[in-house]
Amino acid sequence: MMATPLIAVRELSKVYPTAKGERVQALSRINLEIGQGEFVSLVGPSGCGKTTVLRILAGLIADYTGDVSVSGKALHGPSREVGVVFQDANLMPWRTALANVMLPAEVLGLNRRLARARAQELLGMVGLEGFERKLPGELSGGMRQRVAIARALIHDPAVLLLDEPFGALDAMTRDTMNVELAAIAARSKKTVFLITHSIAEAVFLSDRVLVMSSRPGRIVEVIPVALPRPRGLDIIADPAFAATVLRIRRLLDGDTASALPSIAH
Amino acid sequence: MSEATAPELNLPATPMPRLPSWLRARPELALTPLVFVVVLGLWQAVVSLGLVSQYVLPAPSNIGLALFEGLTSGLFVQHGLVTLGEAASGFAIAVTAGLVIATLVAEIRLLERAVYPYLVMLQTMPKIALAPLLVVWFGFGSSSKVAVAAIISFFPMLVTTLAGMRATDKGRLDVLRALGAGPIRCFALAKLPDALPHIFSGLSIAVVFCMTGAIVGEFVGASAGLGYLIVQANARMNIPQVFAILLALGAIGVAGYALVQGLRRRLLFWEPKQEMSRP
Repeated sequence: MMATPLIAVRELSKVYPTAKGERVQALSRINLEIGQGEFVSLVGPSGCGKTTVLRILAGLIADYTGDVSVSGKALHGPSREVGVVFQDANLMPWRTALANVMLPAEVLGLNRRLARARAQELLGMVGLEGFERKLPGELSGGMRQRVAIARALIHDPAVLLLDEPFGALDAMTRDTMNVELAAIAARSKKTVFLITHSIAEAVFLSDRVLVMSSRPGRIVEVIPVALPRPRGLDIIADPAFAATVLRIRRLLDGDTASALPSIAH
Repeated sequence: MSEATAPELNLPATPMPRLPSWLRARPELALTPLVFVVVLGLWQAVVSLGLVSQYVLPAPSNIGLALFEGLTSGLFVQHGLVTLGEAASGFAIAVTAGLVIATLVAEIRLLERAVYPYLVMLQTMPKIALAPLLVVWFGFGSSSKVAVAAIISFFPMLVTTLAGMRATDKGRLDVLRALGAGPIRCFALAKLPDALPHIFSGLSIAVVFCMTGAIVGEFVGASAGLGYLIVQANARMNIPQVFAILLALGAIGVAGYALVQGLRRRLLFWEPKQEMSRP
């Protein structure tokens, strides 16, 4: 469907050795392609290996089999083309919001003055203008996650990887953050790969939703989301939204039912 | 609470003295000095009434006098500086060695496996027992006292720093690793600042232990220092002076501890307030 995918994963498998010396197949022959500027979500039950997929793309896991490439280049460890937002904001509590956003620039050795200006701009984009000098301890959970999003964008990566970024937030904040994330993705024209276990969140944000099943983790279905953009929160009343959510729900329920006996063994 | 808010018109016979608000909020501000005055008064009374021999327990007034004499004659200052110098040198050695060794052990898995059992074994040993041996090795001069101070302050530094290095937040390390940060960057940007609260716990123990080490070293054999002065005064049954030196040592200890806490507040500005008072 696209000529040069920004992220290409072919026949990706991952085996974890357990403490007893057994081998657990975490991922089995995952194939996926994400095009430039596309917003793709990966949903699946807990423990299906979705975070493993993200950690491989982030360069944090190296011992896998299969081919992974970002921007046409085979992935060997962490890539500058990738920005990651984790479930926890993981901010340095001793750094101000601004200094936290500038951290990647420091590690990557980017021009300090330019990074500072860009960090200021990004904080404005995530709605934190005026909070530059605040320490993470003085910010709310939602604000901290906004700082983490700004930090992931400071080095202008081609891809934004999000690992359940709003999982620790309350439902109200989560809705707000989702609307803002959609706006940020549209404005920054980034390619976004989101891991979530909220089907509604995935449908609300994505162009396509990949549905994963567990043990071994594999992609069972790719669901295109045919909803117009920009999307507001009232889209949940749209029958097409409900139908897409229901379709994914059924796929996941079917998986949970079939997966239960193997979990119990 | 309900009595305090009751209308005073109904209670004209027993007007409760109204305490100032600072006293109601923090009664310890009055209670702590009160305990001091009461204990000191009882102590003075017991000794003045001849219930306890002056040789066993000198009166607070005599101790005060001995302290005044010791300070004004320059005796305490002269010997205090000797002990302080030994303790400070021992502290500096212990802190440097503790930080460096703990970092190496935490960073190098193989080194940890090789030396950790020995560190645990040494840690359980009473280091004070080494004092006589160290005096034999380093002589009766100040270097043996520095050695005792260093050895007993070293272990709290090592153990707390090691615990701090292991308490590193994994999420913050993931952020750095996803950026391709190497071990040195990970150490400087995450592990070290994350370990600081633990390191400061170690520092506040070490700052007290190093004085103990210097004093014990002087007990074993010395010709100067407050520990030497205690042994001398004890032999001459100058018990008020012994107590006066103890007070001086206490003051030095409090000053050292306050110094570490002040530095902690400055360096660990991001810590929640209630955690600061934790020793």
